[in-house]
Amino acid sequence: MNRMKRQIAPYLLVLPGGLWLLIFFAVPMVTMLSLSLQEGDIVSGYRFTGHWQNYSDALSNYQTQLVRSLVYGVIATVVLIVLSFPVAYWIAFYGGKRKSTYLFLILLPFFVSFVLRTISWRQILTDEGPLLQPLKEMGLLPAEFHILGTSFAVIAGLAYNFLPFMVLPVYVALERIDPRVIEAARDLYASPATSFRKVILPLALPGVFAGVLMVFVPASSDYVNSAVLGSSETTMIGQVIQARFLQTSDLPTASALSFTLMAVLLIGVFAYARALGTEDVMKVAAR
Amino acid sequence: MTAPTLEQPTPAEPAPAAKPRRRLTGGGLLRTYTWLIIAWLALPILVMIMFGFNDTKGRYNQTWNGFSLKWYGRLFELDDLTKALVASLLVAAASTVISGALGTGIGYALGRYSFRGSGAMNLVMFAAIASPELVMGSSLLSLFVSLNLGLGAVTVTIAHVMFSISFVAIVVRARVMTLDRSVEEAAADLGATPWVTFWKVTFPIILPAVFSGMLLAFALSIDDFIVTNFTAGTTETFPLFIWGATRVGIPPQVNVWGTLIFGVGVLFAVVSTIRSRQGKRD
Repeated sequence: MNRMKRQIAPYLLVLPGGLWLLIFFAVPMVTMLSLSLQEGDIVSGYRFTGHWQNYSDALSNYQTQLVRSLVYGVIATVVLIVLSFPVAYWIAFYGGKRKSTYLFLILLPFFVSFVLRTISWRQILTDEGPLLQPLKEMGLLPAEFHILGTSFAVIAGLAYNFLPFMVLPVYVALERIDPRVIEAARDLYASPATSFRKVILPLALPGVFAGVLMVFVPASSDYVNSAVLGSSETTMIGQVIQARFLQTSDLPTASALSFTLMAVLLIGVFAYARALGTEDVMKVAAR
Repeated sequence: MTAPTLEQPTPAEPAPAAKPRRRLTGGGLLRTYTWLIIAWLALPILVMIMFGFNDTKGRYNQTWNGFSLKWYGRLFELDDLTKALVASLLVAAASTVISGALGTGIGYALGRYSFRGSGAMNLVMFAAIASPELVMGSSLLSLFVSLNLGLGAVTVTIAHVMFSISFVAIVVRARVMTLDRSVEEAAADLGATPWVTFWKVTFPIILPAVFSGMLLAFALSIDDFIVTNFTAGTTETFPLFIWGATRVGIPPQVNVWGTLIFGVGVLFAVVSTIRSRQGKRD
């Protein structure tokens, strides 16, 4: 009796939450997949017709935005690796007793709403704003110089909003490195550069990998930054999907686009994982 | 960083012994760099706080017109904003409680038992965390539309519970895995039934993890924009109100509320860190 109880216990514990995830995470994906193959409109209803044309339409109409989103995502991710590594390195090896204070300062943006801090950037970067206005008055910048509406503004916004997601995992990986390993490398006559390249960098790689996952996926599917800081020249696929779903209620095309985006991101992540070696991926996934 | 100043001889002395260590100079450069990054991170927050003190005439809050506290006195003047804040709090509270309970169940089961299907559970949780919010939000909208379910605070709460469960489960799982089983065995040796052992011994030990999981769920819910945008219909939460106001101009009250939320969040984090440090010292 007792033994049977013990066997059932984990299932009873998992059941409510598992069902919730099944119904509201897994089932919606299937609904959306089915919707992406349907025809019709919101008034007369949709019918499943195996309409693959939704996908080819979506791709041919919005290829530019899709490619742009991926390019922005890749650039923001690469920029963040370069920007974040030194920060994580310094906090991990030089932070001393204040490590958690520095990490807290890195996390400060999370205490302000995502939308609000992006709007705050618009206030700073606008043409009459505190940054550009004085520079233009001094004649350091031509009057027609803009930051808002450019790809630079959107990518900078993405980098700003997702920086903590890169610093944290890299920091965790670096923090775990036993200092004696680095000392051993130095004792064996490795130069600081060599010990960095041969010891620290490989050990930090799983952290960088986790950071890339945490940054690339949300950055390339974001629509807040491009809507607030960009222009019609910088429209990202997220904006298209959001408008198709919420404004024009063109559900089949919107679903097809959303699915395409997920497929592309999944393929990208898996290709990246393979290139890096599956062992690292499992380590990251198991965390 | 204070220790080297004690060791360093005064600059006037030609001290051959005080050869500067290369690692420290490199550290100094990195230190400046890190502070620059922190300044970059803090800049828009400072601007947000500053414009809450702006003496503007109306909603238009783009240029600096001098210092004023008047918006702090007019916090509840905009009904839509107040409603949105209340909705945000209600949704966050409900989703924290529900995802706290469901996530704790999963986390406890995964940390304590090895059972068939645990791998699949881990995979689903990983997928729910790694999936783009845009895809989760749009697929939930597809489901709600197909079911003819009216969108509102309930659908938003359903969505928030969905993406919070995994985070709670992971935090709780980590605590359960490192739990010292001998404490439970001791309780059993002293004649406690499994039921009593769980509530008197095990549960109090994992409670801090449950709380931090729920805190995470609350933070995720109150700041969520993308999934909420898809599942809210005409209901507005605080981030949705800000989003809707971007076209007509953000009222200064938003800056004030943003500042207050920031202040409370930071205070909460600092106090809980200090308390947990004191707890460890005791």
